[in-house]
Amino acid sequence: MLKIENLHANVEGKEILKGINLDVKPGEVHAIMGPNGSGKSTLASVIAGNEDFEITEGSVLLEGEELNELAPEERAHKGVFLSFQYPVEIPGVTVTNFLKTAINETRKAKGLEEMPANEMLKKIREKSELLEIDRKFLSRSLNEGFSGGEKKRNEIFQMAMLEPKLAILDETDSGLDIDALKIVANGVNRLKNDENAVVVITHYQRLLDYIVPDFVHVLLNGKIVKSGGKELALELEEKGYDWIKQEATV
Amino acid sequence: MELKDKLVSSFMAFEDTVDVNLPVHEVRSKAIKDFENLGFPSKKLESWKYTSLSKLLKSDYSVFPKNESSLEFKEVKKYFIHEIDSYKIVFIDGIYSSHLSETSHEGLDVCLMSAALSKPKYKIIIDNYFNKIAKTDGLTALNTAFSREGAFINIPRGKVVEKPIQILHFSTGNESSLLLQPRNLIVVGENAHVQIIERHQSLTDNPVLTNSVTEIFANKRAIVDYYKIQNDRQSASLIDNTFISQQQNSHALVHTFSLGGNVTRNNLQFFHKGEYLDSTLKGVTIIGDKQHVDHSTLVHHATPNCESHQDYKGIYADRSTGVFNGQIIVEKEAQKTNGFQQNNNILIDDTATINAKPQLEIFADDVKCSHGCTIGQLDDEAMFYLKSRGIPEKEARALLMYAFANNVLESVKIPEVKQRINKLIAMKLGVNLGFDL
Repeated sequence: MLKIENLHANVEGKEILKGINLDVKPGEVHAIMGPNGSGKSTLASVIAGNEDFEITEGSVLLEGEELNELAPEERAHKGVFLSFQYPVEIPGVTVTNFLKTAINETRKAKGLEEMPANEMLKKIREKSELLEIDRKFLSRSLNEGFSGGEKKRNEIFQMAMLEPKLAILDETDSGLDIDALKIVANGVNRLKNDENAVVVITHYQRLLDYIVPDFVHVLLNGKIVKSGGKELALELEEKGYDWIKQEATV
Repeated sequence: MELKDKLVSSFMAFEDTVDVNLPVHEVRSKAIKDFENLGFPSKKLESWKYTSLSKLLKSDYSVFPKNESSLEFKEVKKYFIHEIDSYKIVFIDGIYSSHLSETSHEGLDVCLMSAALSKPKYKIIIDNYFNKIAKTDGLTALNTAFSREGAFINIPRGKVVEKPIQILHFSTGNESSLLLQPRNLIVVGENAHVQIIERHQSLTDNPVLTNSVTEIFANKRAIVDYYKIQNDRQSASLIDNTFISQQQNSHALVHTFSLGGNVTRNNLQFFHKGEYLDSTLKGVTIIGDKQHVDHSTLVHHATPNCESHQDYKGIYADRSTGVFNGQIIVEKEAQKTNGFQQNNNILIDDTATINAKPQLEIFADDVKCSHGCTIGQLDDEAMFYLKSRGIPEKEARALLMYAFANNVLESVKIPEVKQRINKLIAMKLGVNLGFDL
């Protein structure tokens, strides 16, 4: 599904990613953990195609196709989805209209007709129920005045609507209380199947109690320094990152 | 001959076509003298610093069209808000078209300035209202001197007019270049409500310059809701002078949608004559292709406890120029004034220019006045967010521009007008988003 090979990336001339390798197969959930400033969010942005970051070496492949030179929207059309750590507020565009535009533009790019209105409504209803989203919420301006939890829930709602092959959840757990966390995690789990994959980027182990990863990777100073199963996350929770830092320097 | 001299000398010919014995003719005679003294405004005037008329004044305009032209409704249907039942006052090359119009004298007057100026039954109204708030600058004086035709709307006390009134000016291009000077008078009685839509439309590429003057009087508790749709050809320029006088507890709202034309200047002025009234001025400007739009607004707070709200959004691309000159005067007597002004601009590329100048002159000490002015580009972060959801660059930009202009559209009360503006904006941005915001 996703293959990252020796990825190096800069922002404003400063190297943030220093040779990342990652192989995510269909049906898998990977967690990427690491302390602040280790490059987690940069990795997410680079995969989604944020032009603020420059890939200097290596490549990002989705189903064998290189993404490096593709615009963010082209990556989205191929099935990449990024749940933002800080979703942007867009006053004047309702959640519903935003989703309609996103879905129909994606369909247009694939040479498909626009989704019929009744089908769209049905899908919106179904997916908003999955994430326990109130109907009134759908006619509000996108993310404007949303609480942290509402924003994150809205991100996963968009994921449900867009049905990506690869979803990257960037700190989706931050700003969520335990109930919202359960709803969001339940949503992700219900959307998960053998043909798609999820990369969960998180600081804490908490979310991984609910979205259980097949693999856990530790990102430190722009490199993956340790990989393991879900038990690695528990170990990190218990012992922090210092032992890994020491291990890495040794 | 210079246009100014040509106009002054054609005044005599004009006098042959109107009844010079009417009292209004004294007003005209004085006005032509004022125009002779003042002339056209130049960039030396502070209020015209950013808008030059000099190029426009070089055309050899016909002052009076030689031939009467006619148009079939189907040729111009798209310029009407035709989805709604409405009164219509339509002019073709400055001459009233009874064929395209739908006027009324039943319980209100929706008719012609020429009738109002000449018929005895309107004498009192003309005496009381005609040329009472129009400023005596050169352009307004010029219009007053040649005032003969336009819309006359008189809504009696308590009348809630259900149908909107559309005022349309077409120019056919049958003259190689044409100067139009419509003169409108709108008197809205106590507790009366009216909605008006105004549009100027040139049908060919022959140059047209319109110097329009509209006086609006909102009496006690009246509601006036006015929409100006400006989406003309590159060959057409418009100087719109609109003056609004408000009595206590009245509400006056003017929305100006400036989406096209060569040079467009909107002089929009509100004068407060009573307490507890409010004035709303909203504008959306989206231009490119060397177009020029100037919004010069004035709200004159002269009485206590009144409110004014100004909100202008502008999107400028491709060598276009915008001007926002927003003046708020709060006189010493006008305590407890609440004056709000907002002007936000987006420059799409570095060939576009905006000159923004908020001007607050406050002489009272117990007032709330605020103004905000921003000039920026589209937000990169928001663009990335939209693109990451599969929305391509062009559509993402359009979506953000829609969103930017949207809060001005929110206050449009006629759904069909809102829909039309949405459509015009979508066309302007070259996208079809498949929904109305």
